[in-house]
Order: sequence, then C-alpha cells, then structure tokens
Amino acid sequence: MELNSQQQRLRSEFWQFVDVHVVPFANAWDRQEIMPPEIVRQMANHGYLGALVPVGKGGAGFDSVEFGLLNEELGRGCSSLRSLLTVHSMVALTVSRWGTENLKMQWLEKLGQGQAIGAFAITEAEAGSDAREIRTEAIECGDDFVLTGHKKWITFGQMADLFLVFADSQRGHCAFVLERDTPGLVILPVHGMLGTRASMMAELRLEQCRIPKQNLVGAPGFGLSHIASSALDCGRYSVAWGCVGIGQACLESCLQYSGQRKQSGVLLRERQLIQRMITQMVAGVKAARLLCYHAGQLRDAGDPTSIIETSIAKYFACRTAAEIARDAVQIHGANGCSSEYPVERFYRDSKIMEIVEGSNEIQEITIARSAFESVTETATATR
Amino acid sequence: MEQAKEKLRAFIGRHTGGRVIDDDDRIFAAGFVNSMFAMQLVLFLEKNFQIAIGNDDLDLKNFQTINAMVDLIGRKAAPPQTNAR
Repeated sequence: MELNSQQQRLRSEFWQFVDVHVVPFANAWDRQEIMPPEIVRQMANHGYLGALVPVGKGGAGFDSVEFGLLNEELGRGCSSLRSLLTVHSMVALTVSRWGTENLKMQWLEKLGQGQAIGAFAITEAEAGSDAREIRTEAIECGDDFVLTGHKKWITFGQMADLFLVFADSQRGHCAFVLERDTPGLVILPVHGMLGTRASMMAELRLEQCRIPKQNLVGAPGFGLSHIASSALDCGRYSVAWGCVGIGQACLESCLQYSGQRKQSGVLLRERQLIQRMITQMVAGVKAARLLCYHAGQLRDAGDPTSIIETSIAKYFACRTAAEIARDAVQIHGANGCSSEYPVERFYRDSKIMEIVEGSNEIQEITIARSAFESVTETATATR
Repeated sequence: MEQAKEKLRAFIGRHTGGRVIDDDDRIFAAGFVNSMFAMQLVLFLEKNFQIAIGNDDLDLKNFQTINAMVDLIGRKAAPPQTNAR
C-alpha cells in the first residue's frame, strides 16, 4: 500500500502535530478528565475539524485515506481527542450529505472551521446496540417539533454547540439538529468512565425542547436507516483508524521500554516471550492498517461494499488494539499499571473501542450475515 | 431501463439470499433486507447510475420497488428543465 505524495505530506504534518501538541499532554488530560479549549482551537486552526467538509464549504475536504491517517495519528496520541474528530466529523458529514440547504448554510462552514462543535446524540440508557429502542420522543406541534427524552454517554456533550439528536415520532425515527442553548436542554457532565476520560462526556436531558421543523435532517422515518446509518459508518471508519494509532503507540512504547529495562541482567528485548508479543503487535498493526486503507479506497470510490469493509476494519482494528494494549501493559509490568506510563491509558481506551460505534458482537453478527449472503450469491450464480 | 432493472435485481438479490425480486415487490416492507442495506442501496444507486441522492430524495416511495428506483434514476439523470428557448 503506497501513499500518494499529498497523503505522505499530510501524514508527516499530522505526526508532527500530535507529537508536539498532543503526546506530551494526553496523560494529564486523561487524569483531569478535560479537553482544553486550546487544543480544540489548534485542531480547528489546522483545518482538522473540517476534514470531511468540502473545500468550497469552508472545510479541508480530505479524502477518506487522508481522514484515516489523521485519525491514526490522533489515536496514537490521545483517543479522547480522536473521539472529538470522530463525533464532530459524523455531524459535519451528516449536515453536508443530508442537511437542507438552510441547515448547510447555517452550520456547514461553522463546523468546517471549528467555530461550532458537533456531537452525536443517539445513545440512551436502554438504547445502545439497538437504536430502534430509543425512547426520546418528537411530537409535531405546528411548525415545530417538541423533543422530550434522555440521552446518555454523549461524547463531547459538555463542549458541543450543536447536537445531532435522534428521536421517535409518529412518522418514524427522525434526526434533528439541536442547538446547545435551546430552552429545556439540560447538559450534565459524566465522569468516572473507564476510558477516553477526556472526551467531555455528558448526559442530555431534553425537557420539551421546541425546535423548528427546518432542524429536521432528512425525512421522518429515515432517521436510523439513512441518517444514523451513514453517520455511524463514518464513526466506525474513524474508530478503526484510531485503533491502528493505539496499536502503533503501544508498539512504540514497548520497543523503547524493552530496550531499556533489564530483568535478571538481561534486557527485556532479548527475551523470546517478549519478542513474540512484539511480533504479534507488529503484524497486528500492519494488518489493521491495511484493512483500513482498503476500506478507505472503497469509500473514496463510493463502493457499496465500503460499508461492510469498514465494519471488518473496525472489528479487526479494535480487537487488535485491545490485545496489543493488554500485552503492552504486561511488558511494562508494574510500570504499565501506573499513570506515569501511557500504556495503562491505551489499555483503558482500547476497551472502549470494542464497545463504541457497534460493539464487537454487533460487528460479528453483521460480518457473518454478509459472509452468508456472499455464499448464497455464489451458489445462485453457479446454478 | 431494462438494463437498470437487471442491475438492481442482481444487487438486491445479493442481499436477499438470492430471492427473486419482481419489479413491484416492496423490498423494505417485506422485510427482505437488513438495516445496513438501506445505505448500501444508496451507494449502489449513486455509483452505478451517476446520480447524487440527497435530502430531497428521502421518500420511501423512491426506494420501495425496482420500478420506483428506476423512476428515481430517470428523474435524477434527466437534465434540468429550462424555460429558455
């Protein structure tokens, strides 16, 4: 897999950004459970928050591979910051793809320039893997919708200026743009999560939030099948690349640590059991990255198989990152359990990746179904 | 038009266990397809017929049957009408 010159240039830029602005601070952000506004401004100034917004609309207009490379590098530094890129891009992409002209005029440039931060609000206490279970209601009332419900674990909910909110209505599931200052919207910080602790997570209480009908994204009944589905596909792609970054960061930490730490007078790197773990890390990261590249190329080609290939990349990359992070802690021993070293953060963050944007188990159902379909297809073709 | 129908039949068949789909079968109402299919179908239509599907096209009538999708393709692919002479 060879990157073109533009992709190579951007990768080098992303790598430098993360090494200078992210890596030295990520452990502190994690401990304090905060994402400083300054780093968000830096992301905006570099155009990263407009990664998926077209150039003509105020964004950077990255292709899928470029967007993936940005996610890998941010994931290498800080999964919480990468998750900002994920949810913000999901919202920006949705407005760009499915928004009315009014919504695009109102929000797209602001999202592309990072003047407004977007967050994706679908999850509820009783609606995780199966979004059809959402209980948030949208009641049509003249020219408005009135939203009532309770969203939970909303990444960057503490910081977002607008939310892409999903609700059920008499005409089926709907997606809405909900502004932060809407009367009736109460935002409560969530603390004490296992991982991505700096992702400014929040609960949203929607207490009769009245919003104009023009805030509807797409049409009633298409909220899950098209709006959420396309946004989550983007989210899975972003998380998959972010996991490649986690794996790469763990590998680099282990290469350095095992070259310094002696046990019984011998460097860890000389131990064959350590070498086995390093080998598995190297192979795992490379394989996950290739699956992500493959999905990225299909996405840029607008290929329908990009959706299942993104699921496969996400599934493999998340599992691989979790396995690598577990071994990275093992190699670091007691130091790996200490917040003085980043691998304990990678370990906690990698667990989150196996749950968000479709858990491992949901991916297994999806990928297996697709595999069975392809068998049927072959059998049909040979009849 | 027949070529478009053939392409659509083949694509939908791949996602419905090889089921034969008639031109007026309501593919979503019949529960033939899974939740991922809706967006796969959008991408398929866009890629194979060089059209862009957006907010204004999100009407179930446009995607219910092969005939409806062929109509949508025809409308989207047609050059915009103009009053200029």
